[in-house]
Amino acid sequence: MGDFLQYTVIGLTVGSFYALVALGYTIVYGIIRLINFAQGDLSMVGAFLGWTLLVSFGFEHLPIYLALVIAFVVPMIGTAVVNLGILQFAYKPLLRRSLLAILITALGMSLLLQNSAELIWGAAIEAYPPNLLPSSGFFVGPVHVTYVQIALVVASLLLMGGLVAFIQGTTIGTAMRALAVDHDAARLMGINVDAVIRIAFVLGAMLAAASGVMLGIYYVQIHFTMGFLLGLRAFTAAVLGGIGNIPGAMAGGMLIGLLEAYTTGYLSGTWEDVVVFGVLITVLIVKPTGLFGERVAERM
Amino acid sequence: MALLEVRDLHVYYGNIEALKGISLSANPGQIVAILGGNGAGKTTTLRTISGLLRPRSGSVMCAGKSLVGVDAHVIVGMGVSHVPEGRRIFNILNVEENLNLGGYLIRAQHQLIKERKAAVFGLFPRLAERRGQLAGTLSGGEQQMLAIGRALMSDPKVLMLDEPSLGLAPMLAKSVLKTVREIADRGAAVLLVEQNARQALAIADHAYVIEVGRIVLEGNAAVLAKDERVQKAYLGGFESVGSA
Repeated sequence: MGDFLQYTVIGLTVGSFYALVALGYTIVYGIIRLINFAQGDLSMVGAFLGWTLLVSFGFEHLPIYLALVIAFVVPMIGTAVVNLGILQFAYKPLLRRSLLAILITALGMSLLLQNSAELIWGAAIEAYPPNLLPSSGFFVGPVHVTYVQIALVVASLLLMGGLVAFIQGTTIGTAMRALAVDHDAARLMGINVDAVIRIAFVLGAMLAAASGVMLGIYYVQIHFTMGFLLGLRAFTAAVLGGIGNIPGAMAGGMLIGLLEAYTTGYLSGTWEDVVVFGVLITVLIVKPTGLFGERVAERM
Repeated sequence: MALLEVRDLHVYYGNIEALKGISLSANPGQIVAILGGNGAGKTTTLRTISGLLRPRSGSVMCAGKSLVGVDAHVIVGMGVSHVPEGRRIFNILNVEENLNLGGYLIRAQHQLIKERKAAVFGLFPRLAERRGQLAGTLSGGEQQMLAIGRALMSDPKVLMLDEPSLGLAPMLAKSVLKTVREIADRGAAVLLVEQNARQALAIADHAYVIEVGRIVLEGNAAVLAKDERVQKAYLGGFESVGSA
């Protein structure tokens, strides 16, 4: 039982990172039916931007709160700019043409980001400052919980809460949901569809960047290929929850994190991908609309 | 010059010429009916005015400003609202959210949104009762009310309605069209596309008849209702069905 709870704590921590990336997939898919395969790599870009600020620029020596604010906010903005560039130059010319062409372009963008990162930051594994946050923790019964885990999960939940508040509570958020239904009808409301698509790309990139910095803080090591598997797992999470469905992406992320933690704990880390992608295949066969998704899938 | 002035509009789908020189106009307080069979170009005309389609040539002017080449979402802000065929309400949003989107361009003016919503609820009390309900769960008539109410949120100078009575029970169709008359009486210019020619002519001031992309007849609605050609083509035999 103690083991199980311990794995659960780990799973929820990792799952919150997946959930953030999965939300990016789901928001963009909901609006333009595109699987933005660069989503995981945006997370990697965020991780490296954060690393550059903390380590190369030495902001890790600033007071911790200031350092954290800079290490999150600047990469989130920077990654949003990168994603807007991808939208403008790679996707936009293909929008309203071929979904297949745009999907292949998305795979290309994933590779482009990886190779650009290798060019800029090199192929070596880099390390986040290991003691940025206190590595200590406390016991709840037999379960050890670190302050880093709490901080990261709370930060993830705050970001997700902010996203939900924006999408459910503002008129622009309502417009984003409307775009999942009908672009032309949205235009007839006076909604600038292109602008709302840009907002979706900004939000998706910001969440991905935040998860990247969190991964750096949690695992310490970062590498230019780290976004690939992260992206695929987050994609699995989005599909599991029902792609296009926001609560689904959050739940899917947490489930994938838990699944991964239990697999590593009870079997071995080498089985992680087998289990995670086994789930993806099973969901696609048994319930392709995911656990929560029926709204969007009915249009496919 | 009329409030809405369309001149010699030519629109193509690929190589197929859908509109072959449509000209029409509408003034405040007027209901202008556009009649015609399936595929005549009625919907295409509205979609071109609202900016969803680009004409190859011709002009569309509203209050002296050209709408040609202007993006659809900007045209809404210039005072032209379009209730599309099939209503196209946002079925996963509730009634109030649909109305809020109708007021998207004035979204920062909360007081104004509130007033406009109250006005829509005054016109369609049923919507007020169902404000928290998902739009997809409304009946056909209620969805039509919502689609019209949503378009009124931007307080349009020109309101274009594409088949507002389609699929509605005759009584309900009549009541919707009566409300359309009310909207025009409050000062909007209404462009009304209908297959239900009899009812459309009964409430309209002026009418155009389109056949394969051309206007073949136009005139005072009451006069057209008595016109032999109109009676033969659009009013005969359809009475029991309510629409063609």
